[in-house]
Parts: sequence; C-alpha cells; structure tokens
Amino acid sequence: MHPAFSVIFFTTASGAGYGLLALLGAAAFAGLVPADRLFGLAAFVLALGLITTGLLSSLFHLGHPERAWRAVTQWRSSWLSREGVLALATYVPAGLFAAAWVLFGVNHGPWAWLGLAATALATLTVIATGMIYASLRPIRQWCNGWVVPNYLALGLLTGSLWLAALLRGFALHAPWIDWVALAAVTLAAILKLGYWRFIDRSRSASTPESATGLGGLGTVRLLDPPHTQENFLQREMGYVVARRHVAKLRVIGAVLGFAVPAALTLLGVSLLDGAAALAASLLAALSASVGVVVERWLFFAEARHSVTLYYGARGV
Amino acid sequence: MTSLPAAPPGQKKLGLVIDLDTCVGCHACAVNCKEWNTGGHSAPLTDHDPYGDAWGVWFNRVHSFEAGDGAASRTVHFPKSCLHCEQPACVEVCPTGASYKRADDGIVLVNADTCIGCKLCSWACPYGAREYDAVDGVMKKCTLCIDRIYNDKLDEVDRVPACVSTCPVGARHFGDLGDAGSAVSRLVADRGGYDLMPELGYRPVNKYLPPRPAKTAAGATGAPAALEPRAAAGGNKFLAWVDRMLSR
Repeated sequence: MHPAFSVIFFTTASGAGYGLLALLGAAAFAGLVPADRLFGLAAFVLALGLITTGLLSSLFHLGHPERAWRAVTQWRSSWLSREGVLALATYVPAGLFAAAWVLFGVNHGPWAWLGLAATALATLTVIATGMIYASLRPIRQWCNGWVVPNYLALGLLTGSLWLAALLRGFALHAPWIDWVALAAVTLAAILKLGYWRFIDRSRSASTPESATGLGGLGTVRLLDPPHTQENFLQREMGYVVARRHVAKLRVIGAVLGFAVPAALTLLGVSLLDGAAALAASLLAALSASVGVVVERWLFFAEARHSVTLYYGARGV
Repeated sequence: MTSLPAAPPGQKKLGLVIDLDTCVGCHACAVNCKEWNTGGHSAPLTDHDPYGDAWGVWFNRVHSFEAGDGAASRTVHFPKSCLHCEQPACVEVCPTGASYKRADDGIVLVNADTCIGCKLCSWACPYGAREYDAVDGVMKKCTLCIDRIYNDKLDEVDRVPACVSTCPVGARHFGDLGDAGSAVSRLVADRGGYDLMPELGYRPVNKYLPPRPAKTAAGATGAPAALEPRAAAGGNKFLAWVDRMLSR
C-alpha cells in the first residue's frame, strides 16, 4: 500500500497525542500528578496539538476536504466514521478537563472523572483507527488481531515518553512514569515483533488462481496487463519501493522505537538527574517518535493488497 | 446509508456473466465502457497526460493470463469490472454515505456530490473495481450503465451495459442473477459459473464462466480424425491411377 505522508503523520501524531491525553486523565484520576497549571498548559498544548494537527493533516489527503463533516454520519457501519465521531467526542471531556487544570488548577474530584472520560474516549479513538485497517479483508498484513493492540501500544509508548519528558521539564518527575514508560516500551516491542513474526509466517488464502478462478488449468501467470502504463490501482495498492529494505528498516524502527528509549529511560532512572535526565528523557521521546514513524511507514509499505494478484503478484 | 439493504430471497441482483471461453481479449468492452461512461453518470473519466505517460480512470480492464504449463497451457483473456458484490465492504467502510448499494437491483454506486475522496473504499475492494479521479477528487466505479439499462430513450435492445452491447463474440451477458430462471442464471448453472476470490466472502454477483476443455485432437472438433489422401493436382487421371496403385 502506498504510504501517504499525511496518513502516516496523522496516525503517529494523533497516537502520541491520545496516548499522552489518556495518561494525563488516568494519572490525575489516580492522584499521581499535581494540578500544576504551567505543566498542564504544556501537556495539553502538546497532547491536543498533536491530535489536532494530526486530524487536520488527515484532511489533506482527501479529494474534498470541505466535505469532511459528512464523515461523521456513517458510524453504524464505517470504522473511519466511528474514528471521526470518537475523535470529536474526545474533545469535550478533554477540553473541560484541560480548562479546569490550566485555568483553575484542579484535576481531582469531579474533574478527575472528566479526565477518565477523556482517557476512555482517547483509547476508543485509537482502537477505531486500528480497526480501519484491521477490517480490510483484502490486506492480510492489516486484517489480523495484532493491528489494534499495536496501535494502542505504540500510542501508549510515545505518549508515556512525552509525559515523562514533560514531568522532568517541570520538575514534577516521579518514578511511576518511568515504570509506565518502560512497561509501554516492553509491551510495544513484544507486540511489534509478534506482528512482524505473524505477517512473515502467515499466508493469504488468495492467490492468482483464486483471483481468476483458473487454478484448475494450472499455475496462473499474468501475460499482458490491461494497459501499458501504471494505473491508480497499481500506484495506490502496488507500492513496492521499500520492500527490498524491509529487514534494515525493521531494525532501524526497533532500535529507535524501543531500544534507544528503553536505554535512555533506564539511564535517567539510575544515573542521571537534573538537566542530563531531562535531555535523556527528551531524546527518548524524540527517538521513539521517529521510530514509530518508521514503523508506520513499514506498516503501509509491507501491506500487500489482493488486487496486485491481477497485476502479476504471486502472493499477497 | 452505508449499512447494506436487506436482500430477501428472490431479490433482483443485476450483474454480468463473463464467458472466459469465448473472450478474445479485443478490449472493445473496455473501450466502449470508457466511451459511454466518460459522458455518463460518473463523467468524465479523467485521463492524465493522455498523449504522454497516460493514465486515467477506467471501469473495465482486460487482463490476459496464461494458465497451466506446456502443451496444456491456455491463454485466457480476463475482463474485470465491478462485481456488484452482495457483501460490498467498499460500501460499509464509506464514512459519508456516498457509496451505496441500491435496494432495488443491487447496483453499487458512488454519489459524486457527497464523496470526500478518502479512497478507503478502493482499499476495501479486493478486486480493484474502484478508481480514484484525482482531478474531480472523488472515487469512480462501474455503474452497470445505470444510465443505459433503464433509459427509455434507447431502443430496448440497447438497454444493456455498454460493454455487453459492444462485445463482438457475445462473451458478456447481462441480467438478473437473483432470478434462478433468468437466462444468465441458467447460463451460470449450465457452464459452472464461479465467483472470484470466494474466500474473502464478498459474494460477487458477477460470475465468470470457465474456459471449456481445450480441443487439441482433430476428432474433438467434429472434423475427420485423418484426411483422405488428396487426388493429384490438376485432376490428371493417369497420376491419380499411379497414386492409387502406389498407395496399396
């Protein structure tokens, strides 16, 4: 599948934003983080900023962005529509929770319940994002049980590392966030490696023989494509540029996304404090963010659509 | 509404039956489709750089495959357009309701006035039936020539999809596949018509008829298994006599 920049940016930025928002709500509810107004301002600007710029960037790949409001109407059948509805709904408790925290310096009692509602809706939004892909049967690499947990874990990964960096920056650091971040790194690494193992070992039931129904005659090969030039289907679904580099890119994604953030977090926990710990924390969050972009790019580039069986692919 | 309409037994299901035995791969159906539809319901079917590195929107494309090996291998021309599935995930994923399946006849259409051009429906279609028009910014697809088949301005004989009307070998058949007694349903039953990628569960309405067994021996075509020796050229009776004598 063609990795559209706007979609990669949207899913990674909003994933980090929703992860951060969900953790802020949960942490306030658990009484783990004081209602520091400046910290709140920075955290909500980052979380809601990532979410909002992500959502706006997703509009750029539309043919008619001015009609985007229609996308909230078909929530009964469409995961994309559900994602839109949930994304908009999340703003309500998130906005009130943020306003109470930043304007009035409160994040406990009834306000914490708003935070918890924001956590729940943020989680559901990321699930809906994952389900957009996981519900597409023509793409084996997407239509499986690993996709939604991966979206959730990678959102939690980047969200927790950004929260750790923010807490360091405002001198509110507490050990719990490092353990959350390390747990998120571990979970995300296990789920991503499991996903890669799954797509490497599973096989699609669809073949050129089932696509044409000509398997009874023997092996089916494309003799002539319909046209001499590539068409929309080949450009959109038949993306092959990166596949040669898959192994290297997986290593780069895993090192930047999991190994470096884990090492820097451990370094901050055990050896560093003050400015050095803040720098390590920021670097961990940045590294994970870049790693997740690489991972998301691979998520698209490694996805093989069944339509390519009509254009010479031996398998998907 | 992108939820699918209920389909009671006997529900009309308009579609195509494509005979892979007779298709000669002339691409006339694809060309006539482009010709009709670039002025029809989803017009225009935009072409980019038409006199250079041309690519554009087509609703019907003819692939050619080789199946099998050696002397038993076959070349099969394979036209493919929207299959108007009974479980069209392309419709269900649409966030705006622009994609819909008609309750009356099962035709899958796109409303170009409400499509936002997110392309998700083209990802959801396993068959590659939907093609995005980057100039109009909306998704386009086969309409089963909805502007022909119900068009009372046309002679009745012409109220079939453009691809069907133009096929020079009669390899394309149009009709109601929901009616077990229709000509197309009988054709499917007689010839073992089948679904493409049945494993994905989209339940296409369009069916494909498999190529008949290859006839490689002369006798299989109804011709004599071997030809009688031909009398010598020019009707020379002497040479014919010599030939007969020597053939004994």
